[in-house]
Amino acid sequence: MPSLRDALARTRNSLFGKVQALLGQADITDATWDELEALLLQADVGAATTEKLLAALKQRANNEGIVRAEKLRDALKDELRKLLLPGGAPAPYVYDKTRLLEVILVVGVNGSGKTTSIAKLGKLYQSKGRKVLLAACDTFRAAAIDQLQIWGERAGIPVIAGLPNSDPGAVAFDAIQAAFARKCDLLIVDTAGRLHTKHNLMKELEKVRNVLRRSVHEAPHQTLLVIDAANGQNAINQARGFTASVGVTGVILTKLDGTPKGGVAFAIAGELGIPIRYIGTGEKIDDIQEFDAQAFVDSLFEDGQG
Amino acid sequence: MFDSLSDKLQAIFDRLGKRGILTEQDVDAALREVRVALLEADVNFRVVKEFLARVRERAIGAEVHKSLTPGQAVVKIVHEELLKTLGEGGKLDLGGPPPRVIMLVGLQGSGKTTTAAKLALRLRSDGRKPLLVAADTYRPAAIAQLETLGKQINIPVFSEGDKTPPPQIAQHAIQKAIQGALDVVIIDTAGRLQIDEAMMREVEEIKARVKPAEVLLVADAMTGQEAVNIADAFNKRVGLTGLILTKVDGDARGGAAISMRAVTGVPIKFLSTGEKPDAFEVFHPDRLASRILGMGDVLTLIEKAQQQFDEQEAAKAAEKMLSASFDLEDFLSQMRQIKRMGPLNDLLALIPGMKDLTRQISPEMTERQFKRVEAMISSMTREERRNPGILNASRKRRIAKGSGTSVQELNQLLSQFREAQRMMKQLANNPRLRMMSGWMGARRR
Repeated sequence: MPSLRDALARTRNSLFGKVQALLGQADITDATWDELEALLLQADVGAATTEKLLAALKQRANNEGIVRAEKLRDALKDELRKLLLPGGAPAPYVYDKTRLLEVILVVGVNGSGKTTSIAKLGKLYQSKGRKVLLAACDTFRAAAIDQLQIWGERAGIPVIAGLPNSDPGAVAFDAIQAAFARKCDLLIVDTAGRLHTKHNLMKELEKVRNVLRRSVHEAPHQTLLVIDAANGQNAINQARGFTASVGVTGVILTKLDGTPKGGVAFAIAGELGIPIRYIGTGEKIDDIQEFDAQAFVDSLFEDGQG
Repeated sequence: MFDSLSDKLQAIFDRLGKRGILTEQDVDAALREVRVALLEADVNFRVVKEFLARVRERAIGAEVHKSLTPGQAVVKIVHEELLKTLGEGGKLDLGGPPPRVIMLVGLQGSGKTTTAAKLALRLRSDGRKPLLVAADTYRPAAIAQLETLGKQINIPVFSEGDKTPPPQIAQHAIQKAIQGALDVVIIDTAGRLQIDEAMMREVEEIKARVKPAEVLLVADAMTGQEAVNIADAFNKRVGLTGLILTKVDGDARGGAAISMRAVTGVPIKFLSTGEKPDAFEVFHPDRLASRILGMGDVLTLIEKAQQQFDEQEAAKAAEKMLSASFDLEDFLSQMRQIKRMGPLNDLLALIPGMKDLTRQISPEMTERQFKRVEAMISSMTREERRNPGILNASRKRRIAKGSGTSVQELNQLLSQFREAQRMMKQLANNPRLRMMSGWMGARRR
């Protein structure tokens, strides 16, 4: 499994790496602030969050008498960590072992990487000794079911699927019955990609959620929103829209092996208080990791060659 | 979030007071807001910087035209510069000996496969004979996806499974097109990161083999700051001829389009606007500029209305709206037309300042209610529709029975109708809407 550091090496080199260089051995000047702002904006942190961050940093620089740029770096790390962990560290999600079946619902806009993430997530949980079943509830997109089935075969995880264009709620129901029959303890439900602004599609998603809720106590136990790290500020709208509809409990940030920085994660965690749970770092089935805010921020600041 | 940049700018200038000439302070105050708006729209930071420098140069010292407020004057300059940056939409170059080859490239999940099918459908309706080529041998079931889409829209798909290297598939596809007398070949390539050396070499090789007339970058409208690097890298490696922006039907402001256009200089050719195969539009810089600035999309609304409104009915409705001799027949025909235009919320969201209203209306309620309303009005006699005042208890019972509803529901409809009548009168007094409806009506004659 590639280390988080490797996965984020490009991010680091291309952008936050510059923060490192910027905040090296020197005094803080006006130019320092301008460049810091530029770097944060270019990492998709967003205008509002960047402004907040800079205001907090300036205040600290004043209060703590920071004049050297390298000291500012520690303060910035600190502030970034605080953003990722609103109200302190979120309780890590713990699976209640007395529960017969845990259900994870995976949602997101088109092309964010839901199906791939589900395969990876299934494999990750399987390697921890869980008995996993996948439900192919994306009955809309052409060949989405095939895609999940191929992944399932590769990972050795069974997939419950219906016919294309069948009711996703019905597939979800069948999958739960199958999970009980096969004595699986984890069901991961794939859903069709949908833009959070499409009312009818969001209603359909709520229906799938309701089917899960009626069949299993307190299900879905996790509702994970998949967000493409290359997305800009619209990701905040996505998080808002899906949360309003099905109550997102965590985010999977995908495609972090590219050059994007996923800076919008800071805004999502900071403004909406939704924790990032996993990151996707490649096209292979093992390219997924549990998110660790401390490590995430630290790795963003490490030297180019880690 | 700002609802409308123009409103926000207006507020600044109201504070500053009106003057005949834009001063440096005026412009800088305004441009600070423009900057935030562009950044929130995901326009690349460096592109914003250059853009603002251009606007500033033009705006300072510019004389404010009498009919404009200073805020509007700045918005006008910003809008014009934005249009310049976005450039004209480009047409596909499909002249020359067939088959003409179109290559679609882009990142994972940007929407290449869906776009390939949409493009094929569009070209066929333009009288072309397209062949779709499944050259994504990496993503599981990508080939099956294109084959399924091809079947849905009845357009042939060429595939050789996932064992043949994509450059070869592409080459074979051209042979196939020649044999089948098909004149456009659309190659759906695998999603790839622009920094993936091996994959970028592959796309170069495909290009070398098939000599495409068009290499189109398919990019997600939700893309953030990275858009410049993506577009730049693809352009340098394979020489783009155009851009297609996808998922434009969401609420992304689509600033990525400006970034990509600015860095590559190639035109934006199409927008992909929905999940259905025909949700595909030719790019209009004006609309995207308005959207990026948060000025609503009045043009799109008007065009949508034009497509869906029956011409004569529209002219009649516009007249009726203003004259307020509005009866249940008009009520029904209007509801029918609105329904044809798509979900009411989508339409309202396009009108500046109407966004708030959309939160108060639940579309599923309106959809369901619409059917019942239609049934009730259809159960009335013509006389009753024209003059709802004559509806007495016995007539109401008959209508309720005939439409499978209840008298209470009918009463509700009637009070809604009276409300609509009242609103129509108000509309007639609202200059912005009157202008629109009048204009829509006037265009018909």
